[in-house]
Amino acid sequence: MSQATPAIRVGELRKRFRSTQALDGVSLDIQPGEFFGLLGPNGAGKTTLISILAGLTRADSGQAAIMGHDVVRDYRQARRALGVVPQELVYDPFFNVRETLRIQSGYFGLRDNDGWIDEIMHHLDLTPHADKNTQNLSGGMKRRLLVAQALVHKPPVIVLDEPTAGVDVDLRRSLWEFISSLNREGHTILLTTHYLEEAEALCGRIAMLKSGRIVACDTTRNLLQLTNEHCAQLRLDKETVPTAWQARLQRDTDGCWRVNFSEYAELEALLADLRGAGTRVLEMHLQEPDLEDVFTDIMKRT
Amino acid sequence: MGRPGAFLVSGLSALFYKELLRFWKVAVQTVVAPVVTALLYLLIFSHVLEAHVQVYPGVSYTSFLVPGLVMMSILQNAFSNSSSSLIQSKMQGNIVFVLLPPLSYLEFFLAYLGAAIVRGLIVGLGVWAVTLWYAPFHIAHPLWLLAYALLACAIMGAVGIVAGIWAEKYDQLAAFQNFLILPLTFLSGVFYSIHSLPPFWQAVSRVNPVFYLIDGFRYAFVGQSDTDPWLGLLVAGACFVAISALTLVLLRSGYKLRH
Repeated sequence: MSQATPAIRVGELRKRFRSTQALDGVSLDIQPGEFFGLLGPNGAGKTTLISILAGLTRADSGQAAIMGHDVVRDYRQARRALGVVPQELVYDPFFNVRETLRIQSGYFGLRDNDGWIDEIMHHLDLTPHADKNTQNLSGGMKRRLLVAQALVHKPPVIVLDEPTAGVDVDLRRSLWEFISSLNREGHTILLTTHYLEEAEALCGRIAMLKSGRIVACDTTRNLLQLTNEHCAQLRLDKETVPTAWQARLQRDTDGCWRVNFSEYAELEALLADLRGAGTRVLEMHLQEPDLEDVFTDIMKRT
Repeated sequence: MGRPGAFLVSGLSALFYKELLRFWKVAVQTVVAPVVTALLYLLIFSHVLEAHVQVYPGVSYTSFLVPGLVMMSILQNAFSNSSSSLIQSKMQGNIVFVLLPPLSYLEFFLAYLGAAIVRGLIVGLGVWAVTLWYAPFHIAHPLWLLAYALLACAIMGAVGIVAGIWAEKYDQLAAFQNFLILPLTFLSGVFYSIHSLPPFWQAVSRVNPVFYLIDGFRYAFVGQSDTDPWLGLLVAGACFVAISALTLVLLRSGYKLRH
């Protein structure tokens, strides 16, 4: 890790909402240029953490800083450095797309920002809708507009709070291409998502939150190595399996057999026993451990 | 409203511009409708009472009524502008667009207040313009008129900010409007002089700050009033300072905006 000022630094952050301890001593450093994932079940504290970073929620104790600027004491600099795509699909129905982006630029004291606004609209396919009232946009277009609003002041740190919830495949793909290109240009990305395959594909590092605490934080590669549960799916020419394997093999609804194993030697033994029993394997698929397995495992253990 | 690029030089001006554009886009509802409502009041009350009531010597009832109606429209529209904008933004969730940027609580206050003042003045001018068909053009004290119009807009704009922040639902805001703002404006001498009231209600009127706004504004038009305009200015000024201080304290604390 570089010794540069972290893009996001969170120290011993605590926040309680009535009887719920939303954050219970969260500490985290995210370095400039990282694509960082924040995962956790509903109510884990992800949105509370993001809200504190954005200044929408005030922490009970602890510190949070964006690019070295404290989000409370130095809120102007902190907010200038941060672009947030909120989870809810919100829009202001009084304005069209271009007006929305011009006004949002103005809030950051940016005048004559039309060049950058045109560029963002182009990248997010919003140009044909520039003069359309925001309430007449489709859900996907509204989501794009939220992304554009978050980027209008070219923030070095971008936070995306479940940006692809309820979004179609095309938009999801184009959105990730755009966000990835921003990351390649040096922007720090903090992403929360329920789509674990997205986090696995995009994030270099991931933190997992549960009940307001960080229960895992590592590179995606290291996290994937936390579990060695592979899965094999076999289609056999017989309805029965050797007695020794009956407890471990599970029958899927489509007639295939499924077995979890941690070492390939176990799979070799299974295939040998099947051969010995005169059973032929018609089809076999291997599934590597993924983030979902790791996530489920960590959530169970903690 | 022109190209905004040159106007949006700071967060404050951007938010002010946004608030102006917001009400201007629905000007039929926010400007034309209140003017028509005031005109209807004028037609009905002046038609019924013109021949029967003369409040001040040498001043027709219509001439007496016009300043009250203009001020009532100013008050109600300044309040509506800030309160409805805030409650709509909160209900629709788009208040985050204003909370995420580096705007200070003072900029937030000034922008909403400025837009409320502009809408109050535009509606007030509109009402006054249409009443010119029914009452002669006469302003006894233009500076008093300006001072009272601005103070009225500012007070009600700030009250609107407080109401918009406090209310969590439209019906809470409606309750604020129906049980506080409307009685204060109607029971303030818009349609009558408080000298025509029994002593008890006269005393009640004198603790209603809106009474001083209407009375002082009327003094600016007809040169006569129920109380000294300087006293009214003092009361209105004190009200503005108090409500502004409350609004700023609420905004600074993030009350119902930043949790």
